[in-house]
Amino acid sequence: MSEQEPRIAEMHAAEPGDRRADFPALNQQINGHSLVYLDSAASSQAPTAVIDAVASYQQNDHANVHRGVHTLSHRATEAYEGARDLVKSFVNAGTRSEIVFTRGTTEAINLVAQSFCRPVLKSGDRIVITHLEHHSNIVPWQQVCEQTGAELLVASIDEKGQINIAELIGMLDERVRILAIAHVSNALGSILPVRELVEKAHSLDIPVLIDGAQAVPHMPVDVQDLDCDFYAFSGHKMFGPTGIGVLYGKEARLESMPPWQGGGDMILEVSFDGTTYNELPYKFEAGTPNISGAIGLGAAVHYLQGIGMDVIARHEQEILDYMTSELNKVDGMRLIGTADEKASVQSFLLDDIHPHDLGTILDHQGVAIRTGHHCAMPVMNRFGIPGTARASLALYNNRDDIDRLVESLNAARKIFS
Amino acid sequence: MAAAAPSQEELRDLYRELILDHARNPRNFGKLAEPYHLAEGINPLCGDKLKVYLQLEEDGQIADASFEGSGCAISIASASLLTEAVIGMTKDEAIGFFSAVINSLTGTEAVKNFDLGKLAALQGVREFPARVKCATLAWHALNAAIHDDQQTATTE
Repeated sequence: MSEQEPRIAEMHAAEPGDRRADFPALNQQINGHSLVYLDSAASSQAPTAVIDAVASYQQNDHANVHRGVHTLSHRATEAYEGARDLVKSFVNAGTRSEIVFTRGTTEAINLVAQSFCRPVLKSGDRIVITHLEHHSNIVPWQQVCEQTGAELLVASIDEKGQINIAELIGMLDERVRILAIAHVSNALGSILPVRELVEKAHSLDIPVLIDGAQAVPHMPVDVQDLDCDFYAFSGHKMFGPTGIGVLYGKEARLESMPPWQGGGDMILEVSFDGTTYNELPYKFEAGTPNISGAIGLGAAVHYLQGIGMDVIARHEQEILDYMTSELNKVDGMRLIGTADEKASVQSFLLDDIHPHDLGTILDHQGVAIRTGHHCAMPVMNRFGIPGTARASLALYNNRDDIDRLVESLNAARKIFS
Repeated sequence: MAAAAPSQEELRDLYRELILDHARNPRNFGKLAEPYHLAEGINPLCGDKLKVYLQLEEDGQIADASFEGSGCAISIASASLLTEAVIGMTKDEAIGFFSAVINSLTGTEAVKNFDLGKLAALQGVREFPARVKCATLAWHALNAAIHDDQQTATTE
């Protein structure tokens, strides 16, 4: 950590919000206005470092991994496994074998549902989630419950979008086979007290999966400190490519799980009498993996580590606070998601303007926001609304972006007045 | 490069006064008395849901039409204009009108030789590809209601 200190000081001089120049996609005109990108919770833009790493692999090093003895295959393998090491250090996993590459958070959660839970679940067992989960941390559990007769319990949220902690803890007992919770809500921005919940669950021997898709781009994450059993996240929300993600799993948990998909790379020996599976993490990486995606993700991790996640967290918190206070000044504003502990996301409604109309008018002024249910329909139902407009931040956003957002919202009010 | 960006004029064209008026004060909003023909339209992308109700005479004339549901200004205005337009039409006329409207919103060129009446106001949506489905939602539900298609109509 001491090695990072000078870097932090250096970065404080050049705030991450001034790092727009690192992200070529941000440097363009949309409908005659310079782009203000406030949809990073859906997908973040990639820095040149990531784009170049992917391009360089495609141009110079492409070959299959773990296969050939030739030079390109060796280079591809080195780069792919190097990315795994970078990811391991990024979330501070204990060993590299605990980092399984997946297509994304969704596939990582499905892997746990099908490989860790399904073989042992039976009628009478329970799975506990919360009301603010993304569909990807709801549907895999619904499916495995249907397959096994287990029951899905959902802990409620309050008016501010915070988990009712006592209720959730009350649901934890010897019948619960896994607790699956978001680290940060994608629709509301609420930060969950995951460390406290892991501790509580572990006191009852309940394993915990954390959906970290909305946390890893915005704050330091240390899976050993959290002590969670599984932690899932996606590359494309942390400035990497799409189609690559990570399942961190404690080694003992992963060892206990059967392979989920069969194919090449996940085997040691195949005959028609039987097959010996490969060791971790390869037994969960059947088939040729997303090599360029992993390399891009590794480059994204390297880029983030160069800035420092604590620097990014501080910067985003400042911009989020500014956004919240500026949005509150807009007449007719209703903020959805006002948890005490929040990160990077603000959902809102403006007068009775439908979010989609707002999205179109804002886009017209070069401001990109997400509108709709954000793949969290139960959250929308909870607040009795069909959807929201959502502005979400990343390290490259600054106060000017917020001013442009507010300006465009006031313009929208004029059209609908 | 993407297609030419819509201009401020085109935005005003999308949210023109007639559209905003129907969005704020939708006509024929609510359920009809039974018996009626009903179809539901859903736009899976945004979750907008509309129900279109029709009362049909024995000769196939649409005696009354209404809708209910929630959606953006474009989908509500489109549904409101739809109900106004189809009351008094025969089923066949309404099916022809449905085709003309869909064509006017999704076709490669503006519809000629067909009087769309007030529905011409919806054509501003052509410049906003992401919003075309909002405008067509009620029309797919209308088509399903006429054909007594029990399945939920979708814009997909």
